[in-house]
Order: sequence, then structure tokens, then C-alpha cells
Amino acid sequence: MRGVVKAFGAVRALDGLDLVVPSGICYGLLGPNGAGKSTAMRILTGQAVADAGSVEVLGHQLPAESKLARARMGVSPQDSNLDVDLRVRDVLSVFARLYRVPAGDRAGAVERALVLAGLSARAQDRAVTLSGGMQRRLLIARALIHDPDLVLLDEPTVGLDPQVRHELWSLILSLREHGATVLMSTHYIEEAERLADRVAIVASGRVVAEGTPDELIRAHAGREVLDVHGSVAELRSLADRARADGLATRQSGPALTYLHADEADGRLPAGRRRRATLEDVFVNLTGDYVE
Amino acid sequence: MTGVSSTVRRIEPVSLAAVWIREWIVFVYYWRTRTFAAVVEPVIMLVAFGFGFGKLVSHVEGIPYIQFVGTGAVATAVLFSAAFSAMFDSLYKRRYQRVYDAMLAAPVDVEEIVTGEVLFLGMRAGVYGVAPLLVAFCFGLPPAPAMVLVPLVGVLTGIGFASLGMLFSAAATTFDDLSYVISGVITPLFLVAGTFFPLNRLPGWLRTAAQFNPLYHCVELVRHCAFGLRPGADVLHVGALIVFAVLAWRLAVWRTRTRLIV
Ligand SMILES: Nc1ncnc2c1ncn2[C@@H]1O[C@H](COP(=O)(O)OP(=O)(O)O)[C@@H](O)[C@H]1O
Ligand SMILES: [Mg+2]
Repeated sequence: MRGVVKAFGAVRALDGLDLVVPSGICYGLLGPNGAGKSTAMRILTGQAVADAGSVEVLGHQLPAESKLARARMGVSPQDSNLDVDLRVRDVLSVFARLYRVPAGDRAGAVERALVLAGLSARAQDRAVTLSGGMQRRLLIARALIHDPDLVLLDEPTVGLDPQVRHELWSLILSLREHGATVLMSTHYIEEAERLADRVAIVASGRVVAEGTPDELIRAHAGREVLDVHGSVAELRSLADRARADGLATRQSGPALTYLHADEADGRLPAGRRRRATLEDVFVNLTGDYVE
Repeated sequence: MTGVSSTVRRIEPVSLAAVWIREWIVFVYYWRTRTFAAVVEPVIMLVAFGFGFGKLVSHVEGIPYIQFVGTGAVATAVLFSAAFSAMFDSLYKRRYQRVYDAMLAAPVDVEEIVTGEVLFLGMRAGVYGVAPLLVAFCFGLPPAPAMVLVPLVGVLTGIGFASLGMLFSAAATTFDDLSYVISGVITPLFLVAGTFFPLNRLPGWLRTAAQFNPLYHCVELVRHCAFGLRPGADVLHVGALIVFAVLAWRLAVWRTRTRLIV
């Protein structure tokens, strides 16, 4: 995607988004709610049309060749659009047809997807009777029925409890091992840290930083950071002094975190040093609080 | 890898087949209730009108009243089954179940979804439309060879009304919006189609207006299939139904696309 702009009335959901996803990796789009991640995903599936900029997916120009691109893509949307009135097996077999799996492979593809989703025993049940985690797994398995080259996962674990989230993480990691390119959006930093080979941090419809998690941490938070705890008033005066000294800080709940602590020796107050994380980068760049 | 030919056709049979399969699966789940509603309603209407008015009016245009209504009720069955499903089911699928949203991420376009659904509903309406005719046989309607054309008339009319239903559904945001359509559009079409009374007694302006009611053309064709074809007039009736179906179909595709692709 190059210079993609998309406005909804007065809201510029995407404001010159540039994104290049190398094939064969898990690429994370990390950004706060409203950053434009879902809009970017919907432009990739042709369900939203960019106002400006160019979009190419798997060698196909969008929107003109969107159908060709969609045939090789699998999509798990942020808000589930599972056909919950259908039986689990029927959900998969309808999508095997929609994705044009050849007749001879269809039954096999449905069985493999059932195994992948861990839902073989529930194949005859209506999808509406599944738990939230199971529905999410079915949604992802549905996206994989045709063995796509590119998988779009829009906030794949949002709203799920931690145990289910960990289950899904192993599922997502296994996709990349099968050679598919995964483009995953999330506003959970830990998710991007665990799964993504490369991350683009998105804020207000633009990519504000891009690279491997290590590169991003090195560039935007340094090797080490320093957490200083104190009262609100103390922290505020420390932050003002840091700004005057040209030191980068961020608020993190009850503490003030000095970024690039390893390069600022001597100028820092007493505190607890630790390795910089993607969270430091994210909050520094988006100014957003973290869940 | 699954193949899509490198030249993208606008409406591809594989996509239509996939849309139909979903409709068929749902139909197999619910066929008892759906068929019951689609068949029993016109039959009750036929029996009620046939016996009720039948006591007051013995013949209309030389036809026993129950046979007059029986042939007319074919159009009613087609209208109800095609238009109501298209209106309510597709609003449900678009807004609440988001079935179309899911399909559009696959290599299927809005045009294929709409076309697949109206064809499916049209064919189903063609089948359901036969029910009143079968009941009318029990009331002495003599079978005629041209009656084999009735399902075709039903399919053509059904495609038109399914498309009109999809158009209204795409324009609607809530189910309440659709009640306006029922009172404001569907009911008048249904009443002034020549189903229950012949239109030639109506005031001239209303008779002219009825010419623009697609259901009227369906009623006429079905009666002619039962009581004698009139080639000259029937070609015009078929033509009117084709124009209606194509127009409604294109509008439904256009309006649904503006809803689903932003
Ligand atoms: N269909 C739409 N109509 C109007 N506004 C929209 C629509 N889709 C997204 N937006 C707006 O665009 C912005 C980006 O939304 P979104 O892409 O969903 O962000 P994210 O997925 O990163 O949370 C938000 O301000 C959202 O309200
Ligand atoms: Mg989103």
C-alpha cells in the first residue's frame, strides 16, 4: 500500500498509509483503537475503496483485480461474521465453495479445517452454540480453507480470555510455519511482540515506525529504560526537567520512564533499570495508554 | 492454490453456485416452516375468498369464482415468497448476521451475491406458485396443457419481486423501514392486480395504473395458461415482466453495492 488515504466524512481513517509486507513472515499492525487498522484490512479485501494512493496485493492491483487477490487471501475480521445459524461443518463447506476449492479436495479441506480449529467433535452443531474462543477458531479455520498465500487477521484475539488467547497464538504461529504470509492487526503489544517478525506502528492513519521489534526498540527506546516511581507532583517536575534536558520520557501509570537510559548516564535520577520493550516504543510513539 | 481465471468475468457460475449452496443448506434446515408459510397462506386466502365471495359472485368473466381466484392466487404466492424473503432475510443477512460481509472477503462480488439470491428466490417462488393451482384443481379447475408454463411465469415474476425486495432491503436500515414498504408498496400491488376482482370495473386511471403493476401481468398470464393463451397480449405481458425483472435486478445490485462497499 502506498500513500493510501481513506476518509469517512470528516474522519480520515487512513492518512497516507504506506505498508510493504514481505512474504512468508508474520507482520503485525500495532496501533491504538481507531488508528485505521481495520480500514486498511478492508481496503485489502476490496470492501473499502481508497480515496487516493495505490494498493497491490499478491501482484494484483486493487480495486480492479480485487477478486483475483481475494482468491488467494484468507480473512478473519475483527467483528465475527460467522454464519452462526449454520452447522460448523456447513460453515466450512460453504466457504470451501466460495473460495473455489476443487470438488475433489473439498471434503478433505473441510476435515483439515475442523482439525485445525479443534472442532471435529462439534462439526454437527450450530455455530451459535460454540463458545467465543471456539467461534474465533472457526473463523480463522474458515479463512484457511483454501490454503491461502496471505492471511489477514484483524484483532484475532480481541475480547478473549488469556487462555484462549494463548491457544490462538500457537495457531497463528503454525500458519507462518506453513509458509503463509500473515498480516495481523492488534492493539495488544504483547501479541505483536510474541507473534510478529516485523511490526508497523500505526497512529491516526499513518505508519509512525516500522521494523523488527528489536529494531524498533533500539531506535525508539534504546537498550535500557529507567522507571522512576514517585508522587504525581514529583513525576511532573521530573518530566519537565527531562524535557529541558532533552531526555525522552513517557508516563507509565505510577512511574515515569526514561527512554534511552543507557545513553543518558549521569543525567538520570535514581530508579529501576530494565530492558526496553515494545510497550515503551508504542506508548512513546502513540501517546496511548496500554491495556 | 485455487484458481480464478485471469480474465475476471463479472458473474461467474462458480460464485453463483456457492451462493446457492448456502441458500440451499439454509432451505434444507427450514424448508418445513418456509414451505408451510408460503403455501398455506395463499391456500387459506383462496379458500376464504373462494367460499366467502363465491356465495355472492358465482362467475367472473365466465369463470367460476373459485377458479378465478385460484389462478389469480398463483401470483400472490409468488409475490409473498419472493418479495418477503428478499426483504427480511437479506436485511437480516446484511445487518445482523453479516453473511454478505463474510462472502465479500472471498472471490465473490456484490453483483454475484444479489444475482445468485434473486435467481434462487425466483426459482423457489416458481415452485411455491404452483400450490394454489393444485388447490384449485380440487375445486374443479380443469387441467390445461399450457399450465406447464405456470412455473416459468412464476420464476420470471419471482426474480422481479425478489430483486425489488433486495432493493428495498438494501435501502432499509431496520425492519421497521420494511413495514412501510409492505403497507405502501406490496399491499397495493397485491390488491390491484386482478387477483380477487377483474380490473375492468375499476375507474380508468386505476386501470391504467394497474398496467404498471408487474403482478397484474403475472395474473393475466397464469389465467391465460389455464383458460386459453392469447399470443398477442401474452407476449406483451411477458415483455413487461422481463423489463420489470431486469430493472429491479440492476437497481438491487447498485443499491446493495453502495451498502456493502464503502
Ligand atoms: N464505515 C465507517 N464509517 C464511518 N467511519 C468509519 C468507518 N470505518 C471506520 N471508521 C472510522 O475510521 C477510523 C479508523 O477506524 P478503524 O479502521 O476501525 O480503526 P482500528 O481498526 O485501528 O481500530 C475510526 O475513527 C472509525 O470511527
Ligand atoms: Mg479495528
